[in-house]
Amino acid sequence: MTALSPLEQKSTEESPQTEHHEDHRLFGLTAFLVADGMTFAGFFAAYLTYKAVNPLSPDAIYELELPLPTLNTILLLISSATFHRAGQSLKRNEANTCQRWLLITSALGLAFLISQMVEYFTLPFGLTDNLYASTFYALTGFHGLHVTLGALMILIIWWQSRSPGGRVTKDNTFPLEAVELYWHFVDGIWVVLFIILYLL
Amino acid sequence: MTIAIPPDRNDSSKSLQPKGWLKYFSFSLDHKVIGIQYLVCGFIFYLIGGGLASAIRIELTSPLSDFMARDVYNQVLTLHGTIMIFLWIVPVVNGAFGNYLIPFYVGARDMAFPRLNAVAFWLIPPAGLMLISSYFITGAAQSGWTAYPPLSISTPAAGQIIWILSVLLLGGSSIFGGINFIATIIKLRRPGLKLLQLPMYCWAMLGTSILVVLSTPVLAGTLILLSFDIVAHTGFFNPTLGGNVIVYQHLFWFYSHPAVYIMVLPAFGLVSEIIPVHCRKPLFGYITMVYSIMAIVLLGLVVWAHHMFTSGTPPWMRLFFTIATAFIAVPTGIKFFNWVATLWGGKISLNSAILFSCGFIINFVLGGITGVALAQVPFDVHVHDTYFVVAHFHYIVYGGSVFVIFSSIYHWYPKFTGKLLNEKLGQLHFLLTFIGFNLCFAPQHWLGLNGMPRRVAEYDPQFQLINQISSVGALIMAISTIPFLWNVVYSAIRGPKSGDNPWRALTPEWLTSSPPPVENWIGEAPLVTQPYGYGTHRNENEDLSSNEAGNVREQS
Repeated sequence: MTALSPLEQKSTEESPQTEHHEDHRLFGLTAFLVADGMTFAGFFAAYLTYKAVNPLSPDAIYELELPLPTLNTILLLISSATFHRAGQSLKRNEANTCQRWLLITSALGLAFLISQMVEYFTLPFGLTDNLYASTFYALTGFHGLHVTLGALMILIIWWQSRSPGGRVTKDNTFPLEAVELYWHFVDGIWVVLFIILYLL
Repeated sequence: MTIAIPPDRNDSSKSLQPKGWLKYFSFSLDHKVIGIQYLVCGFIFYLIGGGLASAIRIELTSPLSDFMARDVYNQVLTLHGTIMIFLWIVPVVNGAFGNYLIPFYVGARDMAFPRLNAVAFWLIPPAGLMLISSYFITGAAQSGWTAYPPLSISTPAAGQIIWILSVLLLGGSSIFGGINFIATIIKLRRPGLKLLQLPMYCWAMLGTSILVVLSTPVLAGTLILLSFDIVAHTGFFNPTLGGNVIVYQHLFWFYSHPAVYIMVLPAFGLVSEIIPVHCRKPLFGYITMVYSIMAIVLLGLVVWAHHMFTSGTPPWMRLFFTIATAFIAVPTGIKFFNWVATLWGGKISLNSAILFSCGFIINFVLGGITGVALAQVPFDVHVHDTYFVVAHFHYIVYGGSVFVIFSSIYHWYPKFTGKLLNEKLGQLHFLLTFIGFNLCFAPQHWLGLNGMPRRVAEYDPQFQLINQISSVGALIMAISTIPFLWNVVYSAIRGPKSGDNPWRALTPEWLTSSPPPVENWIGEAPLVTQPYGYGTHRNENEDLSSNEAGNVREQS
């Protein structure tokens, strides 16, 4: 067998990108989310270790109120459901309904971020005040970064699912499914974060 | 669900690819090009890291810090460690050989995500340049490759921040690569190929990639917190602000112990490919090899605190981590005996590839024995942070991984280039490397046992003679690179043609032309269910003498 030059090769052989094969992108994204989850796991482990071995000094201020974060939890849980509805609508080829649900989801995400901001500004401690304060801002901030990215991606999907002219259609649901998987992941992380940071 | 990219779009992206050697400087999506990019890029960083190691050994020929200032010494040892681990061994044993070989082994025409693959590679050169340039711009980080706080918080901040950023980039590259390998091995196998029919390197890369995906993000998160401590003056790891340095150590070693397996598991896989070919025997104990790789992956995730026996770890933790660490010797020992059993009674052609592989087996068992010793708390407390640890570590990563990288280059060079390397120069390279390496690092066991601390430019004059012997070894190692470099460059231009399968190997990458065409195979990918079927599977290239046929075992 002799080596063909790339040009000859291309003319005789179908290139792999045109080959029909299964879509493994969601699998890849899942692996990435496992990795992302491990970053959070590291933060949670650090926080729980601090709780176990580094008691808060008596003069340090670290108090959390429950109402706003509870509202946030509800907002995110609802947004997961609305995103699911958006995906179902797209599969039924109802672009307008899909877009409406996406807009609602993204609005819920933005509402979460605003409410988070309100909480930040009303808290009686800052980033560098004490160890617990730092950990609180690092954890919620890292999660908030994920929500911000997610909300932006939802807006992009919203724009791309317009009919006619959008690229996210019944035949190309991957972008929506990917962002949906990511969004559920971010919500799941929030629930864990809420339990560990506020309830424990 | 199926996806199809319109052909015209595909054609335009293909025709933009430069031809010839220029393609190695392009954003190529071909897994073979990316593999070579990883290999050459890694080797350049190896030369830089080796130059830094030489500087360290020159400094240590005398007990005083007369060759360079103390803070420069700190920067040099930090850069040496970081470059060798994150820019040479991890990218080469994973990225280079993984990208080149895994698609062949699973019978695919490329990796699962070619673009992500190219992105993963192209994160490495900027990260490396950033790291090295920090030395000239602001002064490099001084806290070693471990960057333990409070040292990393109290040394000059600029160099440390650049170090963190570059390690974050390299970690990202590593995670992208790991995701790609998992998807390729699990999802992209050609129909009919079962997981337990894959060559051993696939299993090694699957295990390694699982470790990468699970542990690297923890390091990334930790370094982000560390950078907050440096830049925003938070107190996560700063005891004066109520923080806890031990938490950093736990999080750091949760990545960095698996990192040792990320460096050495792929090397195990590569050796398992090379030895059967050159001794014409099936790999001994395939199934036990698979199980031991997976056992090492599981155990590798739960032994990190054996690096912290002197950090005030509570007794129950010491007990647990000692036992877990000692257990790792079992699967590793299984692999060691399997390699020896593969060699046993084989018709060994004593060429450079198998010499380096045998060198690996010898060095690795020595490094493994000192590893088991270090896992024992009473011994570890005595030699912690001494040259004994330096010797152990280098026996694993140099005597282990780097020997395998050289062995692999000698084995797959004909595949990469279609040319043969000069065998005499290769054997000279092996001899110099093996003698130089052992002369350099074996005496350091003695230094450590007698209490010479690591990472310090000055030492007690009683250690001078042994340090000078060690430095002579380092000099021989530096010289050993010359015949190698000459060999690979000269052979690429003037070397004799190798033919498609000079080793008469049965693994799939040899069942195509050398170098392979762009899509790996002309026509269908071959279904290789017995990659180690030497002695039972006589293909047209196989020319067994009666003597050999008598020695090979039937593959079950």
